[in-house]
Amino acid sequence: MSSPALSVRNLIVSVERPAGRFRAVDEISFEVDAGSSLGIVGESGSGKTLALRALMSLLPSAARVESGTVELGDESLPHAGREARRARRGRMGMVFQDPLSALDPVQTVGAQVAEVPRRIAGFSRRRAWERAVELLGLVGVPDPAARARAYPHELSGGLRQRAAIAIAIAAEPEVLLCDEPTTALDVTVQAQILELIDDLRARLGLAVVFVSHDLAVVRQICPELAVMYAGRVVESGRTERVLERPGHPYTLGLRGAVVDLDEPLGPPRPIPGALPDIAALPTGCAFHPRCFLATAVCLATPPALVEIALPGVSGQTACFHYEQLFAQTT
Amino acid sequence: MTAGPLIDAGAAQASGPLLEVDAVSVVFRVHDGALVALDSVSLELRPRETVGLVGESGCGKTTLARCIVGLQRPDSGAVRLDGAPLGQRRSARERRAVQIVFQDPYSSLNPRLSVRRTLRELLSVHGLSSREGLEARCRELIELVGLPPEALDGYPGGFSGGQRQRIAIARALAVEPRLLLADEPTSALDVSVQAAVLDLFAEIRSRLGVSVLFISHNLAAVRHLCERVLVMYLGQVVESGTREAIFSDPRHPYTRALLAAAPRIHPVASAPLPLRGEAPSAIHRPAGCSFHLRCPRAEPICSIEEPRLEPVAGEPARRAACHFRDDPAPRA
Repeated sequence: MSSPALSVRNLIVSVERPAGRFRAVDEISFEVDAGSSLGIVGESGSGKTLALRALMSLLPSAARVESGTVELGDESLPHAGREARRARRGRMGMVFQDPLSALDPVQTVGAQVAEVPRRIAGFSRRRAWERAVELLGLVGVPDPAARARAYPHELSGGLRQRAAIAIAIAAEPEVLLCDEPTTALDVTVQAQILELIDDLRARLGLAVVFVSHDLAVVRQICPELAVMYAGRVVESGRTERVLERPGHPYTLGLRGAVVDLDEPLGPPRPIPGALPDIAALPTGCAFHPRCFLATAVCLATPPALVEIALPGVSGQTACFHYEQLFAQTT
Repeated sequence: MTAGPLIDAGAAQASGPLLEVDAVSVVFRVHDGALVALDSVSLELRPRETVGLVGESGCGKTTLARCIVGLQRPDSGAVRLDGAPLGQRRSARERRAVQIVFQDPYSSLNPRLSVRRTLRELLSVHGLSSREGLEARCRELIELVGLPPEALDGYPGGFSGGQRQRIAIARALAVEPRLLLADEPTSALDVSVQAAVLDLFAEIRSRLGVSVLFISHNLAAVRHLCERVLVMYLGQVVESGTREAIFSDPRHPYTRALLAAAPRIHPVASAPLPLRGEAPSAIHRPAGCSFHLRCPRAEPICSIEEPRLEPVAGEPARRAACHFRDDPAPRA
């Protein structure tokens, strides 16, 4: 294994607004190995979904990649246009939050899954259908031969998401991108879908990128975690370490704001203030107006994402005062 | 924040329940049969109490909320407020008494009305404020939900999801309700914002003495906010009890499964997935216990005899609809 399945370097995505162009994703970098999964967490507006769409070359028309590289294996992918789609075809799959709007309402789910092997592998109609049934079985759709003939509205939310996952993996991609795929589902179904994604990752050797606002969900299936704030990765590392011993005040705040089943009852501690708009980012560290550790340097200079240089702690943080943070929390 | 008393203390005069839902059933006719959305559901809410209603999509929790606010006519059973039945056609006073906050703060506010206009209109229609007092009352309401007075000049489109939900709550509180229904009020919000909205509900309860029926599939949120909890499955209440009872020693296998499936920051080591499949359709309910097809504890009796919602031995305040309600929890 020489290079990671997916590597992203210094990716910048800008968005057109009436007041000008602004960076919604600002120099993010990460790598995911085959058979591994990376979680990206952040609040609405942190840029996590836009980053994921940039990887898939599915940016809305107001957004574009300004610079940076996306590499699949050793191959660098174009960011936009027909070449971008061709380079990704069959190699990257994506699962969305709402399976009902991701599926075509007037085609059976079997036909939608079969379209992939027909188009990409040139399967005959019959072989593609057989493959679709096989794939629906693989993602845990019970009685797949019969369900393949169902339309999306005839299926439950959980089965729809399974069908959408079957489409995403139908071309045997190297990378699976997941954009909050369980947010619209019930808890027991959510648990099943998370188990399915994890199982497919292990069995098919997929490199998974899983975007969510829910720390507990990411904890279930991603051993590695990146935390985004205002378009930047502010902390990354092993999920367990990031959640147990946060190295960035924002991560600590996010962690404290979670209402968790196992924690003693008491008021949660929401982070004061709100995520800034990309058109009006604070100077220096974008988190400084909400940060209890902020000093003059934080107002003046944007902190770079650096290796945490403390014994027994791995990962990166973009905070000038992380040593002080660790000293306070341990 | 300064907000005067919004509700006269007389609201809590009666010692009886504020809200009684008495054996309410709702059946929808559909093309291939009858969908039993609610099957003889009962619950009580005392003044100042916060009760949680938990269950997955299709369990009937939203239909129940609609019955309580009068948007859905029950096929049988009754909804009573202070002992007096609430019908379909409600007086302005009855409508004021029960208010609801919906899940989606994007579709439940009129985008063409400023926040001030939204609140003023309500206050005028219900005659709750003199013309001179309107502005002060609007400010009081907006501050009560933790927004600055300038928010009154804004339109819903200019606010974030969490802020819109605060505006929706201010609107519900404007008419000085006795009971606030909240139907998944935090589901559309970011985790970081959910906490703040939950805090707001807790504050409303303690400051205004409003009873809250909090409907959610988010168990952690319900545990955080509610003193009592009801768990619904396929149109029935399958377990009810205090927060401590439900979360520390659930007696219905479905409650146990829900708790086991909830994602946690500190995952329980190697907890097996509790439930396969999804809830069956409420049109084709299984015979016997409606949960038996998915239940890890099911025995032959479960497919024949429907368990009734009855007290657990030694705990009169707790009920579970399971033949094995008195068995201790299985050891992990």
